[in-house]
Amino acid sequence: MKGKSLTDALHDIQSGNKENYIPEKDTLTISEKSKVSLSKVYGFATFYSMFSVKPRGKHIIRVCKSLSCHMGKAEEVIEKLEEVLGVEIGETTEDGEFTLEESSCLGMCSVSPAMMIDKIPFGNLTVDQIPEIIKKVKSEGSQEKIYTEQILPAQGRVVLKSVGVINPESIDEYIASRGYLALKKAIENGPQWVINELKKSELRGRGGAGFPTGRKWEFTAKAPGPQKYLICNADEGEPGTFKDRVIMEGDPHSIIEGMIIAAFATGCNNGYIYIRGEYDLSIRRIEKAIGDARSHGFLGRNILGSGFPFDIEIHKGAGSYVVGEETTLMESIEGHRGEPRKKPPYPPTFGLLGKPTVINNVETLANVPPIITNGADWYRTIGVPESYGTKLFSLSGDVNWKGVIEAPFGTRLSYIVNELGGGVRNGKKLRGVIFGGVSGTLLTPDQFDIPVDFNSLVTIEAGPGSGSIIVMDETRSIVNIAKNIAYFFKYESCGKCTPCRIGTEQLMNIIDRILEGSGKESDLEVIERLGQDMRLTSFCPLGQTAPNIIVQSIQKFRSKWLEHMKDKKLEGGGSYER
Amino acid sequence: MSDKLINVKIDGKDYQFPSGIKILDACKRVGIEIPTLCYLEGVSEEGSCGMCVVEVKGSKTLQRTCITEIAEGMEITTNSPIVYDARKMNLELALAHHPLDCMTCDADGDCELQDLAYQFGIKKSEFLDEKEAFEYLKETPWDSNPFIQFDPQKCILCRRCVNACENQAIVEAIGIALRGYKSTVSTPFNLPLEETDCQFCAACVQACPVGALVEKPRVGKGKIFQLEETDTVCAYCGTGCEVTLYRDKKNDLVMTRGIEDSIVNKGSLCVKGRYGYEYVNSKDRLTKPLIKENGKFRETTWEEALEYTVKRLKEIKEKYGPDAIGVLGSSRCTNEDNYIVQKFARAVIGTNNVDNCARLCHASTIAGLGKALGAAAATNPIEDIKNADVMFVIGSNMTETHPVISQFVKENQKKRGAKLIVCDPRKTDLAKVSDIYIQHYPGTDVALLNGIMKIIIDKGLVNKEFVEAHTEGYEDFVKVISKYNLNTVSKITGVDRVLIEKTAEWYAKAPNATIFYTMGITQHSVGTDNVLSIANLALVTGHIGSEGNGINPLRGQANVQGACDMGALPDVYTGYQKVIDPVAREKLEKAWGVKLPEKPGLAVSEFGDAALSGELKAIFAMGENPLMTEPDINHVREGFEKLEFLAVQEIFLSETAELADVVFPAAAAYEKEGTFTNTERRVQLLRPAREKPVGTKFDWEIISHVATKLGYHMKYKNAAEIMDEIATLTPSYAGIHHYRLEKGGIQWPCPKDDHAGTKILHYDGTFKRPNGKALISPVEYIEAKELPDKEYPIILTTGRILFHYHSGNETRRVKVLDAFVPRNYVEINKEDAEKLNINHKDMVRVSTRRGSIELEARISEKPKKGVVFISFHFREASANVLTNAALDPIAKIPEYKVAACKIEKI
Repeated sequence: MKGKSLTDALHDIQSGNKENYIPEKDTLTISEKSKVSLSKVYGFATFYSMFSVKPRGKHIIRVCKSLSCHMGKAEEVIEKLEEVLGVEIGETTEDGEFTLEESSCLGMCSVSPAMMIDKIPFGNLTVDQIPEIIKKVKSEGSQEKIYTEQILPAQGRVVLKSVGVINPESIDEYIASRGYLALKKAIENGPQWVINELKKSELRGRGGAGFPTGRKWEFTAKAPGPQKYLICNADEGEPGTFKDRVIMEGDPHSIIEGMIIAAFATGCNNGYIYIRGEYDLSIRRIEKAIGDARSHGFLGRNILGSGFPFDIEIHKGAGSYVVGEETTLMESIEGHRGEPRKKPPYPPTFGLLGKPTVINNVETLANVPPIITNGADWYRTIGVPESYGTKLFSLSGDVNWKGVIEAPFGTRLSYIVNELGGGVRNGKKLRGVIFGGVSGTLLTPDQFDIPVDFNSLVTIEAGPGSGSIIVMDETRSIVNIAKNIAYFFKYESCGKCTPCRIGTEQLMNIIDRILEGSGKESDLEVIERLGQDMRLTSFCPLGQTAPNIIVQSIQKFRSKWLEHMKDKKLEGGGSYER
Repeated sequence: MSDKLINVKIDGKDYQFPSGIKILDACKRVGIEIPTLCYLEGVSEEGSCGMCVVEVKGSKTLQRTCITEIAEGMEITTNSPIVYDARKMNLELALAHHPLDCMTCDADGDCELQDLAYQFGIKKSEFLDEKEAFEYLKETPWDSNPFIQFDPQKCILCRRCVNACENQAIVEAIGIALRGYKSTVSTPFNLPLEETDCQFCAACVQACPVGALVEKPRVGKGKIFQLEETDTVCAYCGTGCEVTLYRDKKNDLVMTRGIEDSIVNKGSLCVKGRYGYEYVNSKDRLTKPLIKENGKFRETTWEEALEYTVKRLKEIKEKYGPDAIGVLGSSRCTNEDNYIVQKFARAVIGTNNVDNCARLCHASTIAGLGKALGAAAATNPIEDIKNADVMFVIGSNMTETHPVISQFVKENQKKRGAKLIVCDPRKTDLAKVSDIYIQHYPGTDVALLNGIMKIIIDKGLVNKEFVEAHTEGYEDFVKVISKYNLNTVSKITGVDRVLIEKTAEWYAKAPNATIFYTMGITQHSVGTDNVLSIANLALVTGHIGSEGNGINPLRGQANVQGACDMGALPDVYTGYQKVIDPVAREKLEKAWGVKLPEKPGLAVSEFGDAALSGELKAIFAMGENPLMTEPDINHVREGFEKLEFLAVQEIFLSETAELADVVFPAAAAYEKEGTFTNTERRVQLLRPAREKPVGTKFDWEIISHVATKLGYHMKYKNAAEIMDEIATLTPSYAGIHHYRLEKGGIQWPCPKDDHAGTKILHYDGTFKRPNGKALISPVEYIEAKELPDKEYPIILTTGRILFHYHSGNETRRVKVLDAFVPRNYVEINKEDAEKLNINHKDMVRVSTRRGSIELEARISEKPKKGVVFISFHFREASANVLTNAALDPIAKIPEYKVAACKIEKI
């Protein structure tokens, strides 16, 4: 693709506009320049939550409403902000200073509740801090304030081996820690060797589906035509998930190196890394890493003198969960609304701009350099058969230690939560775990000893998903949790297909009714039927998985739902506290 | 799709299908019905509604049949409880916000949602949000126009409208805005539709499966089951779109739909086709014959009007001879009407003074293409547009004059990547989307085309094999072309030479290239030269006579092609058999049983002068309106006023009828049985969509009465019988009969009853000229007859606009069209306007040597500097007061496209 992407063009207009929005006259110019119709530009601009076609304040406050933050009392933060600013969500203060918005997930689940003001993240918020923060931003502007991520010091780290160890902005430190060795080795041995090694390692995609990476690469390598694309999917939007951000912020070169090796193996000359717009620090770190890699000859027209040309462009997202789905992500890069495509055809043969495309998750690509450096045989010593290597877990919710954990596949969930995560907070009992994201699985304490690997999880109809683990203690209202999830999906549904667009809305409506005290037992049956319909007939995985946790919570905690119907005093499920 | 068959099991039965088809199609082929809601074949294949889902063995989710291709060994279940429940649930969801107000909905009975709710027995969706569906009145800020109404409450977001706009109309005026539960069909920034690129073709309305989008004039005019539908042909331009017209119990037409399986328009229509039917319902319709006494009309009986007419015609013929009478056929009337009109002139009156308004639009085509190729008609069908790699459009504002054809041109550009070259002094909508745009000065087409051909010769891009085998005259032609150096051409035309070079290369090098032209080529004093130059271009490159290669003059009126085919021309009988050819004449004399005049007659463009000089004493006109459409109408009026007798058959009291001595009330096209021949030579059947008003008669019927009373027995049962007579006398129509047209039109030549018609003329380079070769002619550039000077410094060019039609008699009586564009305006370039101190919407006076009119100025990016444009539809400010009556010496077409004018602010 030539020229600036539509997303970038709109980002530029918006950030250059005093009122933080995209005015009509500017879209006209874009439409004329790009030969994209005005209605398409408008449809695009109004799709993504970070864009606005209406004037906004000087500063944009985005409060995270993800499940982790919700459990961390995000509602109280919002209430306080509304009080201090004198506006409601979606409104701008009279002085034009602030617009208050909500975000589906800022990926700051370990420091919940969280918010961003402009590009600056604020974590572990307390209500008392709010007036001070607002005052300060108003007088001094939104200033750099980077909090540090907790990384569990553990042995046997593969992907996170340098995170927190080296300076992520120094390519020299990366090189010093055996960085770009894998690339050299790959180039010495040739593309087919790389694919063979990957196949031998049995690396499986970490995006959730677990497709064998080597095979995926082979499809694209064999696909005809000179133009192929490589995409790194860094649109980490699953609530409760922040592991990709930790890699991007902590060891960006490992991803870049993985991408170059993937491109080399598959014959791609153009690469994209699609990073969600909320991850400003990730974008900056990756940007720096790409620049440094370029100046060191790891990227460019003739990588390490091999004659192999490859370069990477960052594509900055603009606020959409569904774009994390691979075909949707490609639509988004192409300048379309974030709506999924029909599969098949699959990306390896028909991807970006209709060309063969490899699309891998950040974590998958970060696994590539260690595999190439140390060999497939070494890799297969980690994990369990059919699930080799490690998995990153984003731990949040009612757990003592929150953050990203790397553990070999096959590690028991109870070990991860109780031993690595220090157990349920405040010594409370466990009610359950939302595993693999809010589109994942609700696991109950009796399932807690499950070894986390592809095969074991299948036995309990689960999968690793995004690797997020949201721990709920015994006092959590399951209906309230369900409401947050329903709200999330309703807000994030792209709206293309009826089952998802209206299904997510109806799930929300029914749960609302129940929480308002006017629920009926038959509502549960409706949720289950609706859930079944959405699972079977939604166009893409978003809609298909949206009802997962909600339906499972009815199956597993039916009595808790019924309590809400019988006891009107439970209105709001004790609201947002428990 | 390939020939390979693949095995699929559906509901337990084994079938074989060609690969590449969708499950939906496969099921349809074996008679299994699958419900759909968002699907519109070829237009909207979103897979959004979830109604067409089925089980496919091995798949965890249900599959959408509309977008899923069949695969070898696939096992499909279409009728399981899981499938039924899923469909029903998705339907309940679609109904969650839909108001159950079928009782007051215009789409009641014409609603796919309603049909499905009926089928699934859903009385009220279990998800129905009553407040949402009934109480909140949702506003649509963008539907303030008179044509299209959008009710977002009824919208089920199937996106058929958006896809119809994008894939059918090729416009993208509407799209989906916002996301998820908030998504909505919207214009950009909720701009009113009229401020977007919307052409108001209402393809979106036709695509809407519910009542969310409705044609505004249709609101309250009855439910579909109360309306009677008739399939016929649109009576506006020469595209010949097939339409279904709906009439209510009062006999009023209230709605139109494009016929989706029509090979011509594939369901598309333009704003006039969609909304322009309304004039037939008008109270202004003439229903009684009128006779003028002491300068005033009085209503009379048919008997008296006929007797009076016959008496006057007899007197004049006896006193001055038959050539003192002129007869006018009409491109708005059927083939049968026009056949009768020319038969009347020749066999009954005894003169060849018969012509029709084709004189004013495509006479140059008839002369030019006839000379060069031996047949004066478009060479390729509309559906062939998709085969062209380069589309060369010159002098054709087709998005306004032939909107549906322009959709196919734009579609070919957008979907197949074909290149579009537009040459036009005005930057038309098509020019805006073109790949090369050449804005030459009006009247410099020959210079431009010669320049292009100079490059083709110089760069060795001439198709020598073709020229050698299929043409003659090349050497003389080269001698002329060699004089045209590019710098001179560039100076004459005002076009950058790089563009001329690029055009030459693109066109000549294209595997398949086709040409479209319209009045911008023909309406010049050098119209025939222009057409010959176009023929030269196609011939030297061999871009003619096969799929994707041809010359396509687009016909302006519904039956321009047919009126000429029928011999409503002063020099030819039906099928262009020459009046001066004794063999042809004898054949007709035998058939008609009378001696026929030998000398070709006067052209309509000469009628005015002939009347003024006293050569012409009477005119009998079938539905023409020369007092609006002839150039320099003040002059023509003078002539017509001098006539001793003028009889007019009309549906309204037109400007010409007002001057008549007798006016006969006629039936309108939508009330007629008969045929039109469209721009691609397709003879199409018209069926009466409403009863003609009491008191009116068909045009052929009126003439038959006059003829019989004049002593020539003329009696036909119906139009079909007339067509049978035409077939016996016209080789190219020999196989054409009404019964053969029931299932769709036939393209002439159709020499036999079992002949399927001819898609492409001159196939494989065989031309209908004596030696089978086409003629390449040397053509020199000649300036327009009137060029700007000190007193009249600006070039005036005239033409049509999208929302009106010709003399305005129909469209001005269509409320929505007239409301949308109620008055004439002059388009002027910004620079010129500034120089003349004219602001947008100022009133100005435009004057030429012949007269002046007063109208609004509109500052527009369309005209080139030094050029202004005025349409000729408005009697209040008639462009033809200004135009120059200079005629092409061969075709006798007037120079509507170039006149010198001045503009003053008033």
